[in-house]
Amino acid sequence: MQATKETVEEAARAAEEAAKAAETAAANATTNAEAAAAAAEQARTFADQLAALAASLSGPSEFVYLLAIFILAIFVGYYVVWSVTPALHTPLMSVTNAISSVVIVGALIAVGADLADSAAGGTSKLLGFIAVALASVNIFGGFLVTQRMLGMYRKKER
Amino acid sequence: MGENLPALLYIAASILFILALRGLSSPETSRAGNRFGMIGMAIAIATTLFVLENKGLGAWVLVALAIAIGAVPGAYIARRVPMTAMPQLVAAFHSLVGMAAVLIAWAAFLAPRAFGVGEPGHIHLQSALEMSLGAAIGAITFSGSVIAFLKLNGNMSGKPIILPARHAINLGLGLLILIFIGMMMTGEQSWTTFLWLTIASFIIGFLLIIPIGGADMPVVISMLNSYSGWAAAGIGFTLENMALIVTGALVGSSGAILSYIMCKGMNRSFISVILGGFGGEDASAGAGAEETRPVKQGSAEDAAFIMKNARKVIVVPGYGMAVAQAQHALKEMADLLKEHGVEVKYAIHPVAGRMPGHMNVLLAEAHVPYDEVFELEDINAEFRTADVAFVIGANDVTNPAAKTDKASPIYGMPVLDVENAGTVLFVKRSMASGYAGVQNELFFRDNTMMLFGDAKKMCEEIVKAL
Repeated sequence: MQATKETVEEAARAAEEAAKAAETAAANATTNAEAAAAAAEQARTFADQLAALAASLSGPSEFVYLLAIFILAIFVGYYVVWSVTPALHTPLMSVTNAISSVVIVGALIAVGADLADSAAGGTSKLLGFIAVALASVNIFGGFLVTQRMLGMYRKKER
Repeated sequence: MGENLPALLYIAASILFILALRGLSSPETSRAGNRFGMIGMAIAIATTLFVLENKGLGAWVLVALAIAIGAVPGAYIARRVPMTAMPQLVAAFHSLVGMAAVLIAWAAFLAPRAFGVGEPGHIHLQSALEMSLGAAIGAITFSGSVIAFLKLNGNMSGKPIILPARHAINLGLGLLILIFIGMMMTGEQSWTTFLWLTIASFIIGFLLIIPIGGADMPVVISMLNSYSGWAAAGIGFTLENMALIVTGALVGSSGAILSYIMCKGMNRSFISVILGGFGGEDASAGAGAEETRPVKQGSAEDAAFIMKNARKVIVVPGYGMAVAQAQHALKEMADLLKEHGVEVKYAIHPVAGRMPGHMNVLLAEAHVPYDEVFELEDINAEFRTADVAFVIGANDVTNPAAKTDKASPIYGMPVLDVENAGTVLFVKRSMASGYAGVQNELFFRDNTMMLFGDAKKMCEEIVKAL
């Protein structure tokens, strides 16, 4: 009987230990799961960072492409302007002035922006409105005065 | 509308702008060129209106209203402005482009999402740089052009205004602008930073132009032309818009080339013009000695007699002709001379007047055929075969001291060789020296006759005498 009791006690102790182990294991599992979740989160953040990095890397390539256009246009301008006859240098200034008013494009974007977009959207729109008006003075004034000037250049009537 | 169509239309607009400049290679093609420019502009505006994010009727009405507000005075001014006022008109127009660039940079700064350049307070680094440059160059263009306008329009003395330590002030302001741009890029994107950046740029534009004198205006106005282009390009990079970038580059290089041509016409370095002060106290000090030598003075009748009996007369117009509005009277005189069988040609110095090509426009306004008007290199050899050189309102550009006197401030400047003509007639209001403050040796020569008086009245009197 003594032996049987001991065996039962041992079994109970073993069961207790097993329960404890199971408990620890469960706790460990939770921790692991949490760790895994944390790792996944980290991985996601890292991926986001990578994506952001990739985006910022593709930014410069767009910029370089625009820069190339810019530089080539400077060369085009260089050769075209040297071919302008000095007699027409004043109309050249007035027409370049008129075409540089193409900045109106930026002003139009401001006027046509969604107001809900940002806190200062209203101010932005107002500035855009004024800029459209200023650029229009230039567009109409510049092209028309150039036209008027060019109309005066006449050859000898013979 | 897809992504590609607007981009293609912007390219089309850019090409039309290039053709607008290309047309100016001769007067015959220039009118078509100007029309190409107008079409290009219409395409650029229409394309933008169709890709607006909020293209409701409201936005379009707003845009139409703004355009009308600008178009009415613009068209009115273009129709009414006298040709003699072209330099100040161009300066005024430059200031508008500059101001528009500043306002657009601010609009983009305040509503970055609409422009696709980031979030408020977190604008992409690169866009922050582009927008800061656009605002800074735009502001410099604006305030510089306003000063140039006031000087050209006579609201402000054409004399250089020289502040003590101006180079140090300008350098300091320049550094300040760079610091603000740096702050904009490193995350300190508060609106106060951007405001200070803009204000510092306005001030430096103002300070850069006030020390520059009237006769250096052709360089200044070309330089501001160039700046307005670079400002447009800065905005173009912010918007990633091809039409703006190409146009900015075209206008920028055009203005730069004109500045270069003008500097060469005066034999001055670009830097020395920009540093300013020419024609101020230091230059006039050299001409302090009182002139006592006799000059031969003539009347309108004498001039009429001499020119009537000449075979060939070369007219050399200068700023004085523009001031006196003498171009129409001059043309009438030339027509009468032609009736007497005299060959009449016009010789234009590159820096005659207050802007590139100023004299050509005035002569064109008076219906002088452009094939009678010649540039310095093309006609200089012809003075040898001319009986009369009729210099009207020009001085420094005929001064032979530029060829012989190494001590002269205008030494090395290309000049018209009027002294090679049989007789030189100078129409001048007084014996005052020219802008550079140098006495003209030619006045005292035996074959020179001075015709004192207002250029327009003198021409009218000669017409009567003919």
